[in-house]
Amino acid sequence: MTQINVRVDGASYVDDVEPRTLLVHYLREQLGKVGTVVGCDTSNCGACTVHLDGQAVKSCTVLAVQADGCQVTTIEGIAGSEPGAALHPVQRAFHEMHGLQCGFCTPGMIMASIDLLKENPDPSDDEVREGIEGNLCRCTGYQNIVRAVRHAAAEMRGDAADDPEASPAEVDTAASEHVVEPVAVQA
Amino acid sequence: MTAVEDRPVGSLAPAKEVGQARLRKEDARLITGRTTWTDNMVLPGMLHLAVLRSPVAHGRITHLDVSAAKERPDVVAVYTGRDLAEEQGSLPCAWPVTPEMVNPGHPSIAVDSVNHVGEAVAIVVARSRTAAADALEAIDVDYEPLPVVLDMEQAVQDGAALVHDHIDSNTSFHFVFDGGENGVAEDTEQAFADAEVVVSRRFVQQRLIPAFMEPRAVVVQPSGDNYTLWSSTQIPHILRLMLAMVTGVPEHKLRVIAPDVGGGFGGKLQVTPEEVLTLLVARRLGKPVKWTETRSESLMTAHHGRDQIQYIDVAADREGNVKGLRCRILADMGAYLRLVSPGVPVLGAFMFGGIYKFPAYRFECDGVFTNKVPTDAYRGAGRPEATFAVERIMDELAVELGMDPLELRRKNWINAEEFPFTTSAGMTYDSGDYGAATDQALELIGYDELRAEQQRRREAGDPVQLGIGFSTFTEMCGLAPSRVLGSLSYGAGGWEHASIRMLPTGKVEVVTGSTPHGQGHETAWSQLVADQLGVPFEDIEVLHGDTAISSRGLDTYGSRSLVVGGVAVVNAAVKVVAKARAVAAHLLEANEDDLDFRGGTFSVRGTPGSGISIQEIALATFASHDFPEGVEPSIDADATYDPDNFSFPHGTHICAMEVDTETGFVKIRKYACVDDVGTIVNPLIVEGQVHGGLAQGIAQALYEEAIYDADGNLTTGSFVDYLIPSAADLPHFDTGNTVHAAPGNPIGAKGVGEAGCIASTPAVVNAALDAVRHLGVTDIRMPLTPERVWRAVHQGGDGGERATAGTNAQGASSAEAAGASAGSAPIEGDHL
Repeated sequence: MTQINVRVDGASYVDDVEPRTLLVHYLREQLGKVGTVVGCDTSNCGACTVHLDGQAVKSCTVLAVQADGCQVTTIEGIAGSEPGAALHPVQRAFHEMHGLQCGFCTPGMIMASIDLLKENPDPSDDEVREGIEGNLCRCTGYQNIVRAVRHAAAEMRGDAADDPEASPAEVDTAASEHVVEPVAVQA
Repeated sequence: MTAVEDRPVGSLAPAKEVGQARLRKEDARLITGRTTWTDNMVLPGMLHLAVLRSPVAHGRITHLDVSAAKERPDVVAVYTGRDLAEEQGSLPCAWPVTPEMVNPGHPSIAVDSVNHVGEAVAIVVARSRTAAADALEAIDVDYEPLPVVLDMEQAVQDGAALVHDHIDSNTSFHFVFDGGENGVAEDTEQAFADAEVVVSRRFVQQRLIPAFMEPRAVVVQPSGDNYTLWSSTQIPHILRLMLAMVTGVPEHKLRVIAPDVGGGFGGKLQVTPEEVLTLLVARRLGKPVKWTETRSESLMTAHHGRDQIQYIDVAADREGNVKGLRCRILADMGAYLRLVSPGVPVLGAFMFGGIYKFPAYRFECDGVFTNKVPTDAYRGAGRPEATFAVERIMDELAVELGMDPLELRRKNWINAEEFPFTTSAGMTYDSGDYGAATDQALELIGYDELRAEQQRRREAGDPVQLGIGFSTFTEMCGLAPSRVLGSLSYGAGGWEHASIRMLPTGKVEVVTGSTPHGQGHETAWSQLVADQLGVPFEDIEVLHGDTAISSRGLDTYGSRSLVVGGVAVVNAAVKVVAKARAVAAHLLEANEDDLDFRGGTFSVRGTPGSGISIQEIALATFASHDFPEGVEPSIDADATYDPDNFSFPHGTHICAMEVDTETGFVKIRKYACVDDVGTIVNPLIVEGQVHGGLAQGIAQALYEEAIYDADGNLTTGSFVDYLIPSAADLPHFDTGNTVHAAPGNPIGAKGVGEAGCIASTPAVVNAALDAVRHLGVTDIRMPLTPERVWRAVHQGGDGGERATAGTNAQGASSAEAAGASAGSAPIEGDHL
């Protein structure tokens, strides 16, 4: 067993871990941070993505001992911790643009997207697609994820009318940006 | 005191919820990580189960020693197949498609022999996940290898090695549907004998892996002789029934819960060996037990999909009028029959004709055993296979006749004024307008411009050629009318159940038997009920996925949730309103017939200012102080809905594909589709379902294939080798809708969950062929890897010859195919 000191989502932990323990298993099994999930065993799917000292990592490719002395942020730590706290603009955009269905890949997808927007605050569709290609989604076909990331990017740059950082998640109303035009051909 | 909001009596009804792009209620927990995946669950004293799996595809277990594993630290128990043989029963197959179907039985854990790589051989139960996994290494097993059967066309030959030596062939069943013999079509053999043109092709539907993102997990908590089982399943209701029948745990002592479930796509429509084993171990030990699979285990042992070899013959006259369709199918069952393995090709049996008016139709299918993991439902289940075959053969026929593929389709499809139309497969298609959807899709993709560019590239001899492919498809959804399932020998019905509970504060609980895993039932069902009861969307909670809460249900698959389960919800709401009407009449001192119900409020016709809301009636019912004589004090209601017919969504999908003839690299340039899924309850959710389906259908065409080597090892056993597309691998989709409400369905919905997946695959392949057909290419084997495309362009054939040995992708000549197929031989050549 090796002792580690880690700060996760704003709280400090001192724990003994087996040297072989992966960061994702430490988060899930020892800290109960089950918002971060395991989707594969080859670091292909990205479902376990967290931020290690501010940078996106797949927490199944990091040993817990490597996180000693580091700050870890998970999906549970990007909005305020108290109930009803403002969502992160990327979280809100995934909701508003229907960027998730089953939601299993979503925590990793959101964490990867936040990192992408830090590197490139105004990505094109293709840059988003390349930027998140390490994260797999089986439900959405990615189109609404791309739309969500670009929508969040605009908000975070301050291009949107409202200040997204200050306002809470919008209540559920019809998404005006989302254009679907059914042609009524009633038989 | 009342908790019910005051609302102005007699105000205009609020805007209808159905049709609005409501954002999803489900999202709040999913985007914040406050989820309840099965693997999240921790219980006091919980033990962990790990499975030792067979490394050989076919063999006899000659030696199995677990004694060293039992001595490993933190190991509580180790079991072999022999230990559990008396209590494990056989995993169920609920669909004996013919009376003679051979089911070899399916142990959850191997007892004497193993029949596919990954089959369970021993299980370790330990205090931690890692201790259980570590102890697997201490188990000693010897196998006597037996001949490995992998190729279906060889497996059905006389004298072939057997997958199961206690049955006398590798053929499980021979299913036939003949439209002529059933009196719904002309004689097929005569149609072919008389035909001016016959085109025959052999298509390969490669084996796919559903690859839901959440790996499967099971937790069982015993409490006395009661058991609660959480599972990452699509089918908690069916699972409860089947586990009771398999293990002997009485049904009323077993509660099954599907918490948050991370995708299924048919892959979690199953009763798995691990669910049975976890329950058996928890029963033996009296302790909570958890099993969670790794991704490698999932790809290797969760059921696969597709895997058919199709011999398709089409007959026509020289003017392009189709005369008959004949399909002979080999369907790979894998080593065993799982829940609906044999039913998958049979679901396709009635859809091979697609949207076309074939006067004659015959379908034959052999279910074949091989030493691979079983196949079962995967998004579309039988219908993608059928759609691929007909949409590909129509293109081939068009080439043979020198016709435009769209012109040939228009000439033969069912016209809008011909609905309802009974096909030569005996299905009655409900409604639609194939021409309208096609016209809209052509506009959406910019068809004329693309054809002009294709011409330019052809003439310039551009190394990157452009092709355009169509799929004008229909599918059958809304599984299913119980009587029809009965006529096809399925073991259960196809109804769905719902309950509505009116709470004293006016809030509403909707209980549905349809269990979601990403489809957005909580949102869509809330929209349905808000319209029916006139209560706010936010006042409705949808409960599901727990057999103790939702006691009756048949779960989610086959695009049935809205079409069947949604109607049950609507019907329950209608009953609630009827019951509330009696109470309202009493409280308003009026005759029931004089009451209007609008916007959630009953009012006396012609008496402005009178009125009581249904939410106020809920409180009055709770108190029951002033209730009509002889009426039970409840306005709650249940409904069970069994549809009369399937529904038939349709659409036109068009793919524009660039093919680099120098490298074989294919790239979708544009993809447009117009789907008619009937009335749209939530356009946001519908569009999302279409996108996701497209991704999976395109992935079959371009990326995915489960490949076994010559020894029966799955070589695509991780996401490194099994190519789920990433965002960078998929194009932008242009989607649209036409709307023909489903007649006979109170919502008017037809189902959308599988449409994109069913329609897209042939559009993509047809597009690639259209790009290179002038270079002499007539077929390219899926998936269209650069190597296969390059070989097809430069070396002829379909590019599949160099695929890994032991897969159906391995080339077989049509002469071999003829001998392999049951029934009459395929007709060689294109002409008679």
